[in-house]
Amino acid sequence: MKVAITGMGIISSIGNTVEENFHSLVSLKTGLSTISNIETIHKDIIKVGEIKLTNEQLAKQLNLPSDNNYSRTALLGAIAAKQAVENAKISDMNAYKSGLISATSVGGMDMTEKYYYEYFENEACQKYITSHDIGDNSQKIANCIGLKGMVTTISTACSSAANAIMLGARLIQSGELDRVVVGGTDALAKFTINGFKTLMILSDDYNAPFDNNRKGLNLGEAAAFLVLESETIVKKENREVLAYVTGFGNANDAFHQTASSENGDGAFLAMNKAFKMAKIQPGEIDYINAHGTATPNNDLSEGRAIIRIFGENVPDFSSTKPFTGHTLAAAAGIEAVYSILAIQNNIIFPNLNFKTNMEEFNLTPQLTLKEKEIHHVLSNSFGFGGNCSTLIFSKN
Amino acid sequence: MQKCYINGMGCVSSQETYDTSFLESVEINTTENIVYAKQPSYKELIPPAAARRMAKGVKMGLAASTKALKEANVEVPDAIITGTGMGCIEDSEKFLKALIDNNEEYLTPTNFIQSTHNTVGAQIALGLGCKGYNFTYVNGSISFESALLDAKLQLENEEENTILVGAADETSSHTMELFKLVNIIKKESDQPYSVLDSNSSGVVYSEGATFVTLENVKKENSYAVLEALQIQNELNIDEVESFISSFLEKNNLKIQDIDVVVLGNNGDISFDTYYTAVDSLFDQIPQVYYKHLSGEFNTASAFGFWVAASILKNQAIPQVVKMNSFEKANFSKVLLYNQFQGKDHSLVLLSKC
Amino acid sequence: MEALKQELKSKIIEVLNLEDIAIEDINDNDPLFGDGLGLDSIDALELIVLLDKEYGIRLADPKQGKAIFESIETMAAYIAENRTK
Repeated sequence: MKVAITGMGIISSIGNTVEENFHSLVSLKTGLSTISNIETIHKDIIKVGEIKLTNEQLAKQLNLPSDNNYSRTALLGAIAAKQAVENAKISDMNAYKSGLISATSVGGMDMTEKYYYEYFENEACQKYITSHDIGDNSQKIANCIGLKGMVTTISTACSSAANAIMLGARLIQSGELDRVVVGGTDALAKFTINGFKTLMILSDDYNAPFDNNRKGLNLGEAAAFLVLESETIVKKENREVLAYVTGFGNANDAFHQTASSENGDGAFLAMNKAFKMAKIQPGEIDYINAHGTATPNNDLSEGRAIIRIFGENVPDFSSTKPFTGHTLAAAAGIEAVYSILAIQNNIIFPNLNFKTNMEEFNLTPQLTLKEKEIHHVLSNSFGFGGNCSTLIFSKN
Repeated sequence: MQKCYINGMGCVSSQETYDTSFLESVEINTTENIVYAKQPSYKELIPPAAARRMAKGVKMGLAASTKALKEANVEVPDAIITGTGMGCIEDSEKFLKALIDNNEEYLTPTNFIQSTHNTVGAQIALGLGCKGYNFTYVNGSISFESALLDAKLQLENEEENTILVGAADETSSHTMELFKLVNIIKKESDQPYSVLDSNSSGVVYSEGATFVTLENVKKENSYAVLEALQIQNELNIDEVESFISSFLEKNNLKIQDIDVVVLGNNGDISFDTYYTAVDSLFDQIPQVYYKHLSGEFNTASAFGFWVAASILKNQAIPQVVKMNSFEKANFSKVLLYNQFQGKDHSLVLLSKC
Repeated sequence: MEALKQELKSKIIEVLNLEDIAIEDINDNDPLFGDGLGLDSIDALELIVLLDKEYGIRLADPKQGKAIFESIETMAAYIAENRTK
């Protein structure tokens, strides 16, 4: 059973609204830059997809009191979720059985790393102690959109937001809820920057997904949320439907703690499940928004899985991470918005920075903006712990 | 629609709950504001090469899940769904501390890798070679209940037939110190600690892991049926009664149909009022509490779930968890209610097989 | 050189948390990865940090590690040649 998407909101390094994001995508404008909001010894070496607004500016947008204890993750999430709710033209959030399924990997880590020792000396910053908790971040987002109901959070590393969308769709399909706000949010933190640094998968250049000479990923921060609603609400409220969630699949690679298997077993299984649910054939996919992090391991594994599914007829595909960086738990949320934009505007966003085909296979991503009729988009997201997720978005 | 049977359980907690029969021996703590889990012997469970990098939460989760699968006679489940409030917080702390202390130099990846919240579920999948659906929920005191709900929907729809569902949380020193700073954890001066006779705010903190095997077929050793559950982000005290009654109504039940209620009292006088507010609803049936045994932590309610399902299977309530003196000859429906600091409320309904 | 090898063995055991392994269990020419000591890609990253922290050697590309970390013998030789501290 397909589930209607009736609203979307996003804040990323390429724009503070859906319109700004779309504009950057079609003007091929990357959001990658050097870091300005975080003090780190790596600031001159790495490039990140950073949102150039301070926490104070974000809080002001949300009309929060100055003594608020929102982490940056919660601030970004609240802004995107509010946009999505406004976009869906929801007047009374609790008029139907409503829920919020958020996704994050860092939660309030940005504050924890800032005040780690200071907490013991300075009472004023102690208000942030409870903001570390991932659930606390989601609770704040729920408050900002006035939601009283089921609120939960998924944290499966870089596939988190895909899984949030999946659960939201499942809750509507089963009749458990009528309306679910779904998505993800992750702020940049020293914690994740240094974590990925230790794995030696951070590029010192602009990331180049599916390129033979790719050197790794750029991190980014973002938040994006969708409003999913039941057919009943859509009819009753005469909603404009942006697109539908028609298929989803989740599987585990069960191969390694961080690396993907060489043949992309998990990815293959996830895509297969999504096709089964959507009741469409691989040949009907018009565009793949790939996970494409530009790490040597991901792109090889994902590429092989794509070939296993699509054979000789791989549809147009691209990774949009050269625009935004890898936004971790939010990635599948922002890429869901980009997939919907592709469907709405019948346009494929290019895979920037690609020069040379990988030696392992002959896959060339879409390199320029391409207009064509788009009915079905497949979006992949994979995370540490072997977590593989696929979503299919459709026009009808 | 299929039913959702609890066919196996494993529990690691601050009590001897792993290799013993149901609450056969317990210790009541009145002097420690942090109580650590009793660790089973991991030698037979986890190969040393794998164990050397594993956090406590992962080990506890592996032990509990191994037992849950064994009891249900399942080798590899179709899916694994985990709930955790803090994930492997000890590794997060280690990495963060090293990062700050060494000014971002000489950092190693192991702690960072473990620090992602889905490590427990991922390691179980890796150990079992389970390539199925794998989710991790992280949302305070409804982390475990979110996992239960997800599993229940999939089993009832026959999308999957066997799902390993569980919860794991570990303590870690820095976070515990921070929790003391903001009075989440009781003060030393509040001793002797008690859950029912408390006159202080804050809780006795602990850790543990509980896993259950849920299936859509009844087996010889099934514990109970997971009938229904509901999650709610926040409620005022005066809304709890209608939250419970509308849940029962939705499931075509009256308050008289409930035989036992299992409450999440944790000895925090500022918030145990949520439970006293519904006392009158349940003043004619046995009331059960458990956090004097398990301590409080984000997924302590999974310990409560283990208690409730065991009561249904054994058809007896151990003296040590009784809150009142009501007796009943047999129990067919048990309701669990839990919340933390007035947030993340959950209702879980179990019934006899 | 012998002292360096002994030092390496003890550091590897410590850093990689190889509780069940003693210095005597590791022969100079045993492969560290795969069939030998059974180390994996995460251990390789740990060893790269060890080189940096203890001997002032920075590897930019993790792929370089493959040849260096073949055995205690190759590792000690590389360190002796390239150490800055």
